[in-house]
Amino acid sequence: MSIVMDADRIGRTLTRIAHEIVERNKGVEHLALVGVRTRGVPIAKRLARALKDITAHDVPTGSLDITLYRDDLMRHAVGPQPVVRRTEVTFSIDDKKILLVDDVLFTGRTTRAALDALIDFGRPRAIQLMVLVDRGHRELPIKADYVGKNIPTALADVVHVRLQETDGHDEVVLETGGAA
Amino acid sequence: MTTQELESGRQVTALRRKDLLGIEDLSPDEIGLILDTAEAMKEIGSRPIKKVPALRGKTVVNLFFEPSTRTRTSFEIAEKRLSADTLNIAIGSSSVVKGETLVDTALTLEAMSPDMIVLRHQSSGACHLLSRICKSAIINAGDGTHEHPTQALLDAFTIRERKKRLAGLKVAIIGDLLHSRVLRSNLHLLTKMGAETWVCAPPTLVPKEMRRFGVVVTNVVEDAVRDADVVMLLRIQLERMEGAYFSSLREYATVFGMTEERLRLAKPDVMIMHPGPMNRGVEISSEVADGPYSVILDQVSNGVAVRMAVLYLLAGGAEHEEAA
Repeated sequence: MSIVMDADRIGRTLTRIAHEIVERNKGVEHLALVGVRTRGVPIAKRLARALKDITAHDVPTGSLDITLYRDDLMRHAVGPQPVVRRTEVTFSIDDKKILLVDDVLFTGRTTRAALDALIDFGRPRAIQLMVLVDRGHRELPIKADYVGKNIPTALADVVHVRLQETDGHDEVVLETGGAA
Repeated sequence: MTTQELESGRQVTALRRKDLLGIEDLSPDEIGLILDTAEAMKEIGSRPIKKVPALRGKTVVNLFFEPSTRTRTSFEIAEKRLSADTLNIAIGSSSVVKGETLVDTALTLEAMSPDMIVLRHQSSGACHLLSRICKSAIINAGDGTHEHPTQALLDAFTIRERKKRLAGLKVAIIGDLLHSRVLRSNLHLLTKMGAETWVCAPPTLVPKEMRRFGVVVTNVVEDAVRDADVVMLLRIQLERMEGAYFSSLREYATVFGMTEERLRLAKPDVMIMHPGPMNRGVEISSEVADGPYSVILDQVSNGVAVRMAVLYLLAGGAEHEEAA
């Protein structure tokens, strides 16, 4: 088990990505952030604060629960259903540039579900993807536009992202080979 | 994606059961799970595209042996918003009129392997009977005078939405207590969740079992309404009134009907609820039904969200039914 990102590193990474977002989009006009539950939501909120520090503009920020769009939802004949949490996208996404925010990019299936969910809210001008950690092993043709850190992993490894808002402290931990 | 970290710290994260037959079988945590899930489902109704793919490929049969507009429509909308395939069977157009029994009807349907059956039946216990013989999940949409669990859940959802809690609220339920399955489900739910529940009716309409629920029984409507947070009116079920339970509808309206004047005894932020259909001018005056305290139409819209939650949660099946 090793700490691959500590609190300082996570903070600096989000600041760096905020600058990248501003540079690439030539400002934050038409931009909106949507965090994927659970830990994409606090990351999106922190990014929104960083963007405000840089540009003095408020960027609309929402949260998305993708449970009902999962492709493994009804795959098992019997089994408890995953808990569904609230989706809160209170602004119109039509013609906006949506930046989807998540903690870990792995198989890409969560992102696929998030894209499907987003499309049900309207027709954004573009959708970009930001992840704190890209750990590889994609099963779908999905790529992030902004990556906090690329972490080479084995399939059986587990990446834990812990955040102040959800877990009491900030860190990214790689657990090797454990039974997931 | 982990699902352990719940805001409420609730232990239960799934309904590990095949059927929803009544509130009596549910734990407070399970009720909390359904209500929290319904909150997430309610948001779907406000989207431009009011549909999620969660129950794609699942078949749900709505089997209604009694007339029903709002419950059947509400279930059907809930099923469609979750992308299930739905099939409506109403008594008038089915083989039941040719003399087929409930069990035979159910077995015939079951042979076409639906995933869930939503059942409304005039006999108490009909859902329990089907749950024993069917592999499909059975959802009780009202059985005789026994239970109507989704109504109680949507009532609780509506109360919680306004008052942010159920525990400690004074809830007065006034009307035909004898014939009401809505009442039975609500009493199970409200007592489990810690509400202070009062029931009020003419003595002829108070069933003996009321004492078992640990609720306050009164025949004086003013006592029930005084300082109430919630006043729930039950329909005088004219079609179930075989004997004479009171002298006239007018007498009932005079002594028990909810009027603006009586309502002034309640808390200033009282909520008025009615499961519908209403007899205006009998158990509720039009001024009260359409007045500012009424949440009767909120109940109807919340019904869809609550039924979506139940359908979604039951679609997982009863993996550990025995252990749970």
